[in-house]
Amino acid sequence: MKYIDEFRTGTLAQKIATKIASEAYTRRDYHFMEFCGGHTHAISRFGIIDLLPSNVHMIHGPGCPVCVLPIGRVENAIRLAQTPGVILCSYGDMLRIPTASGMSLLKAKAQGADVRMVYSSVEAIKIAQKNPQHQVVFFAIGFETTTPPTAVAIRQAQALGLNNFTVFCNHVLTPSAISHILQSAEVRQFGLVPLDGFIGPAHVSVVIGSQPYEYFAEEFQKPVVIAGFEPLDVMQAILMLIRQINAGRAEVENEFTRAVLPKGNLKAQLLVAEIFELRRIFEWRGLGLVPYSALKIKSCYADFDAEQRFQIPALSIADNKACECGAILRGVKRPQDCKIFGTVCTPENPIGSCMVSSEGACAAHYSYGRFRDTNHATSKEN
Amino acid sequence: MSRRGIIKPGYTRSIDLKNGCIEMVHGSGGRAMAQLIHQLFLTAFNNEYLRKMNDQACFQSFNGRMVMSTDSHVITPLFFPGGDIGSLSVHGTINDIAMSGAKPCYLAASFILEEGFPLSDLKRIVDSMANAAQAAQVPIITGDTKVVEKGSGDGVFITTTGIGMVPEGINISSENARPGDKILVSGTLGDHGIAIMALRENLSFHTSIISDTAALHDLVAHMIAAVPDIHVLRDPTRGGVATTLNEIALQSSVGMMLYENKLPIREQVYAACEFLGLDPLYIANEGKLIAICSAEDSTNLLNAMRAHPLGENAAIIGEILEDTHCFVQMQTRFGGKRVVDWLSGEQLPRIC
Repeated sequence: MKYIDEFRTGTLAQKIATKIASEAYTRRDYHFMEFCGGHTHAISRFGIIDLLPSNVHMIHGPGCPVCVLPIGRVENAIRLAQTPGVILCSYGDMLRIPTASGMSLLKAKAQGADVRMVYSSVEAIKIAQKNPQHQVVFFAIGFETTTPPTAVAIRQAQALGLNNFTVFCNHVLTPSAISHILQSAEVRQFGLVPLDGFIGPAHVSVVIGSQPYEYFAEEFQKPVVIAGFEPLDVMQAILMLIRQINAGRAEVENEFTRAVLPKGNLKAQLLVAEIFELRRIFEWRGLGLVPYSALKIKSCYADFDAEQRFQIPALSIADNKACECGAILRGVKRPQDCKIFGTVCTPENPIGSCMVSSEGACAAHYSYGRFRDTNHATSKEN
Repeated sequence: MSRRGIIKPGYTRSIDLKNGCIEMVHGSGGRAMAQLIHQLFLTAFNNEYLRKMNDQACFQSFNGRMVMSTDSHVITPLFFPGGDIGSLSVHGTINDIAMSGAKPCYLAASFILEEGFPLSDLKRIVDSMANAAQAAQVPIITGDTKVVEKGSGDGVFITTTGIGMVPEGINISSENARPGDKILVSGTLGDHGIAIMALRENLSFHTSIISDTAALHDLVAHMIAAVPDIHVLRDPTRGGVATTLNEIALQSSVGMMLYENKLPIREQVYAACEFLGLDPLYIANEGKLIAICSAEDSTNLLNAMRAHPLGENAAIIGEILEDTHCFVQMQTRFGGKRVVDWLSGEQLPRIC
């Protein structure tokens, strides 16, 4: 397929792999965090680890929107869905996240709540138009990528004069999360997370541009290479990071030039700025309370804010004690380090959010990479 | 079919198959039901067994092993490019029978109809079943009809049951895969699932893909004629090739290695999957089979499959390994390896 196959060519991958192997110093290790779940997914799905030398390590970051949403917000959504007369709409993976009691939106649906899976925010608008007697709530989640579509939905709802459509806003911001990781004691003082550089987000950067990362590169002396979600993008980004480190540089480089501009998508940014404003503080699963890391709907659009209309309370609910999602999201632990990984917590019965989304570190490792944990079967061919 | 099915033609008003709807009375066992059976089902499926109008069909038994299988069909939408629930329900059971190497002989069909279901749609479905059964030369020889109240069904549910005869000396079963064996598929993967998905109301994309729904017993007969010692045959329907291979791996206590660059996948299916964040290995097929045979037999089997119209895109996609963990792995086109896991939950689109 055009524009896809070009970025998945095995022969090119081998060439980059050879360069990585020859340029990476054997006397040291390299630890790179891929912030985005999209990269985590690509690394696992295409088996990129097999193409890297053993001293190049990839650490999965917290860039999976489903994974970082705290249980309290999921509980809020479930209670909303169970409110008589409410239709709750959200993206697919959100429906499967379990709360501490094992409840999920899918289970609420099975018990009679009206929960609809949508592919886009605009679909929720259509549902609101078709069901004027119901309150339609769009459970909005995601990083900067999914925020503009939510803004579009609110604008459309206003233009259509819909009085039965609101958004339960949970949009979060990438740069604040990266800052938070770099400033954490685990990285700065204890050295629990050796971190030499970042693979920067693909789609998020299309919206926000490459400039917002310059602060980290400069302040924390960590190179950032923005990369596309295709496997060759990831390979090339790893090579670029190794070159920066070997040359003692810490800069923001853009591998994803086919889509990312330094200033990003100004139209989308303006739209977001019109509808949303910064929250003073927001809870992230794994990272805790992170200042100025999320968005809320501006008061002039309060008519479309589910938090206002339904008086949604702030709930702080602890993760299941055995679940290591928090440590995994901070890069402190790997999925296979968690006691319940693959035993109690599986994709069919996820305990933690990292097992829910295909972009979550645990689901990716379980679905694509767990054979590496048991040294066994090898192919006779290839 | 009911014994009350014989209606004196001159004194009845025929059912309005153009504008009428299913009513509760069509399932009540009375005259209306008999009329429906006579005018619709019997006319379409017309064969000597049905014409006897007994509550069962009586046929000669065979000497040797027989297989039996049943399959319920509850699809949405009922009509899709390349087929409908009618043809699908015939093909589904024929294929389940054929995957043992058996020759399918007879089918039974059971309908659960929802009150208010348009009779014109029902006629389309029944005619399609009749055509599929006739083309496959497997008659529908007995059946049943029930009507449920509006809201208690989803238009029409069809259950078909089939019976077939296993040729002498054929032993095909999912527990027979052995290390060193080759894995073959009969054609392109994911066509049916993508054709159906394109019609779902919330997915506004258009595709020229049509469902691959087909009866595979003739292809199987050709394959067996070329290679009698086929170890495993399966049709990868729900859950796609990935799920079916995982089932076989577990049943045979073996591992598998697939080669991504050998998988036959249509460009449009590949594109739709990319677009929706789905994996073609998990998309349903309704006219494809997986075959596993020894490495020595594999070229013969591949050639036999390719010589049949339903197998022209057949390919060898992998091999069986020794592996106590029963992992299905794949050598990616990119040069790495990964697990091809069971489908977990429904395949849901990715968020970003």
